[in-house]
Amino acid sequence: MDNQINIKIDGKDYQVLEGKNLVDTAKENGIYIPTLCHFHEINPPLGTCRICTVNINGRPSTACTTKVFDGMEIEINSEDLIDTRKAIIEMLYAEGNHFCPSCEKSGNCDMQNLAYDMGLTVTRFPHVFSNKMVDFNPKRMIMESNRCILCKRCVESVKTEDGKDVFSFVKRGVQTRIHIDYEQEEKLTEAEAIRAMNLCPVGAILVKGMIYEEPFGERKYDLLGKTKASPILDKNIPLTGKNKFIVATTSLAGCFGCHMSLLDIDTEILDMLEIVEFNKSPLTDIKNFSKRCDVGLIEGGCANSENVKVLKEFRKKCDILIGFGECAIMGGIPAMRNFVPLKECLEESYIHGVTSEIGANVIPNHEDIPKLLNNVYPCNEIVKIDYFIPGCPPNANHIWKVVKSILLGKEFSIAHEEFKYD
Amino acid sequence: MENLKKPLPRTSLMNVLWDIQKKRRFISHDDMTKIAEEFDISRMELEGVISFYHFYHRYHSGKYTIYLNNSIVSKHKDYKLVKKAFEKETGVNFGQVSSDKMFGLFETPCIGLSDQETSALINFTPFTELTPNKVKQIISKLRSGVALQSLSNLPKTNLRYTPDKKRIVFFKNYIPGSALKRMIKMDPDKVIETVKESGLSGRGGAYFPTGLKWQYCKNNNADQKFIICNADEGEPGTFKDRVLMQKYPGLMLEGMTIAGYATGANKGLIYLRAEYFYLKESIEKTIDIFRSKGLLGKNIKGKKGFNFDIDVHMGAGAYVCGEETALIASMEGKRGEPSIKEYFPVEKGFLNKPTIVNNVETLCAVSRIFEMGLEKWLDLGTEKTPGTKIISVSGDCKKPGIYEIEWGMKVRDFLNLTEAEDPYLILFNGYSGECLSPFDFDREISGENLLSESFAFNVNDPSEYKQKMSAVGVRSGGSFMIFNKERDFLDIFKNISNFFVAESCGICVPCRTGNFLLNKKIKQLILGHADSSDLKAIKDWSTIIKRASRCGLGQTSSNSLLCAMFKFSDKFKERLTGDTDINKGFKLEKAVENYNEIITEIETNYG
Repeated sequence: MDNQINIKIDGKDYQVLEGKNLVDTAKENGIYIPTLCHFHEINPPLGTCRICTVNINGRPSTACTTKVFDGMEIEINSEDLIDTRKAIIEMLYAEGNHFCPSCEKSGNCDMQNLAYDMGLTVTRFPHVFSNKMVDFNPKRMIMESNRCILCKRCVESVKTEDGKDVFSFVKRGVQTRIHIDYEQEEKLTEAEAIRAMNLCPVGAILVKGMIYEEPFGERKYDLLGKTKASPILDKNIPLTGKNKFIVATTSLAGCFGCHMSLLDIDTEILDMLEIVEFNKSPLTDIKNFSKRCDVGLIEGGCANSENVKVLKEFRKKCDILIGFGECAIMGGIPAMRNFVPLKECLEESYIHGVTSEIGANVIPNHEDIPKLLNNVYPCNEIVKIDYFIPGCPPNANHIWKVVKSILLGKEFSIAHEEFKYD
Repeated sequence: MENLKKPLPRTSLMNVLWDIQKKRRFISHDDMTKIAEEFDISRMELEGVISFYHFYHRYHSGKYTIYLNNSIVSKHKDYKLVKKAFEKETGVNFGQVSSDKMFGLFETPCIGLSDQETSALINFTPFTELTPNKVKQIISKLRSGVALQSLSNLPKTNLRYTPDKKRIVFFKNYIPGSALKRMIKMDPDKVIETVKESGLSGRGGAYFPTGLKWQYCKNNNADQKFIICNADEGEPGTFKDRVLMQKYPGLMLEGMTIAGYATGANKGLIYLRAEYFYLKESIEKTIDIFRSKGLLGKNIKGKKGFNFDIDVHMGAGAYVCGEETALIASMEGKRGEPSIKEYFPVEKGFLNKPTIVNNVETLCAVSRIFEMGLEKWLDLGTEKTPGTKIISVSGDCKKPGIYEIEWGMKVRDFLNLTEAEDPYLILFNGYSGECLSPFDFDREISGENLLSESFAFNVNDPSEYKQKMSAVGVRSGGSFMIFNKERDFLDIFKNISNFFVAESCGICVPCRTGNFLLNKKIKQLILGHADSSDLKAIKDWSTIIKRASRCGLGQTSSNSLLCAMFKFSDKFKERLTGDTDINKGFKLEKAVENYNEIITEIETNYG
């Protein structure tokens, strides 16, 4: 098979050997096609990760499973394809728990490297939060399913001496996991176990006691002697056309704890008042909107018709609505009544409750008193909420930073520590 | 000594698992250890196989295992009531088994009875057109010890329409052996030539030219070749293969034998979906009759050296196994994961031997072509798609069932035949195909029009779309699900999405997680949390799934959704909150509708 043939990659002509794998052929000609599951020892190739998706004669296909033939036209770096590849990596990130700073494989991880390479900072997909297990039971290994990308490398190429599988796919769909057969795993030699760990393109397979063998700085993807300047944030975006940003706040079915937290920013409140003016808010005791607001902060969910009315009014009067605190986001404590019929709730509160006056048997009811809803609703089920600040309550600085960044149009990254609510 | 024993062939693994599942109602830990030993594989690998298939259970599934169909057509009928009735009568919820291990309730996607919903399988015996009352009777009879078989009949065939006597192909009188009689006079090359000239293409829905497939297989020299009949009719809304096998199993057998003769294969296998277990016996009986008549076995029809025999192999509940490489993997006793297309099955298929995988309808058509003669066949239908096509009709029409039509019929005429009630959206190829809108109703069901690639064009504006009335060439196995204007679109597409989430094999991330995320987005739309950016996300993500998935399941999983979003964009836009910022899903009146009642009730009780 040493026939020379002509192929075209991204519009350029190349003469290559017939029948060779496209990833390798491209590499020999100085063209990089990202790969993840592709592994030279496994033949036929797996084609499971889909990272090397390219267009071959106009049709999408994976490069690792394709052999070059005469007249082939390959498109690798079109905008669409670059985005597709990035999306696949993002999907892998959204699917598992890939916390690089706490991962033993960090710096040695193929997927982490690809993510850096593609300039990934955040995934476009919501997190999947599937139920995955860390299996410490095998004699020598740890299987960290949260990191597993199901590339199938280990399934295909790690076998015992008598040819039995050590790793297997179990279940299907989003439930698919790699499980280790304990009995077979015991039969592996130490060298075979380490090979399995190194074979894993992420940090899913770990060998106990052999994890931090490589020192920092010398790992596969450590950048030595290279420094990158950190991006400079734009400062002082001017207030265009007006003196101050107008902010409104309200507490619906909440406990005012979030408002208390808001006040906890202490002296920074003085900085705040330089750029912010409060309109309708319990803080100012302004009852009705007197002008249109830039930002509305909502605490609490909706438990009665009044809450719904106020929330809808906020939506109408504010450009940006922020739900802050768990009650606004998911109903919170008041939503615990959703599991009990409203009638029973009322009876418990006003008739059987220990604090109710014996024999009074009165339920406050007047056309001026708002009606309780059948359930407590989170705000976003009633109006569109633009941003959410979780927490019970959210940290004061955190609220302020989010609001400030939104008002000044800055990108805001959230530090992990600020999201601990246990 | 144990180790010297030869392990059992892996191809029999599925059958062994079925035997144990049927006998014990689940596959226990000890059973697994034994099976793994017998087949000389690791326990976890076996666990992988068992957990891949929907119908194998690791925990007791009840003396009577009940599978209720939860596909959309069933849901539009009495699904909710029937489900409640099952739960009430058996005393357990779906997904559970009663404490006396008598009943196990499970849901399952389409079981090939869409024309007689709501339907369920009890120990793989079909029960159709269920009502709460029927459920009550069935359960109480089972409790009192009445035999299951006596409660059920084979499902109706519901044959609603055929062309006139001279133009009918499939559903006319059938005399076993008549196709073989005429075929046997030709040499294999001539047989392939005839199939090629007939223009027959894969009726499972991919429309790959059958003659060409046979030619490739014949060209590959091997000591053994296989003919597999794909009777894993899993596409929701399709049930034509069931009816064909119910009425004329012999047609299929003859078709396989012809394929064997043409390509030099001497072994045929029918991969029958587990949902059609009740057909197994009659198919096997027909095989026996064929053997005794010399239509199967050695020296068929007196032709020396022409040997061909057929076995039935059962699936175990996995939609993806309708894909030919997954089907082969499944028959080899592995997880039904599609393989990459390095070799086609005609090169290296079942047990690495050249293999033909053909759909039931395709093979039946082959028999009829030889029986009626090529000329007569070519006289029917259209130039690109000669002959007739069997269409499975379900949904909002007065006459759901099986229709044999000549290619070239107008969609509107066809809809009239079915007495469709105010048709609006039609899923023309089950869940994985594109959908038709009223704009398409004047088109023809033919290779030149609906199925034609040449109709493909990029649509930039809706008026252009109105003129040309099509997206791209539609592929169809013949499922025709009709929905009227009143049906909730998002409900339909949620059901479709649920299906693909459950049926993805899990090997590649775009399909595995992509479909899961799409499903979340559709639910977001339903709850009224979505704005126009979410619609864009659905489109973008669908495109990514389509482009990057490893096999046809993922590549086609978002077809119907994308197509519907394009053809019925208003239906999706009206569910957005984006423009008003107010969620339309929430109605204050509804949230407080009982309030006054509750107050009055309490006041009278305690006042």
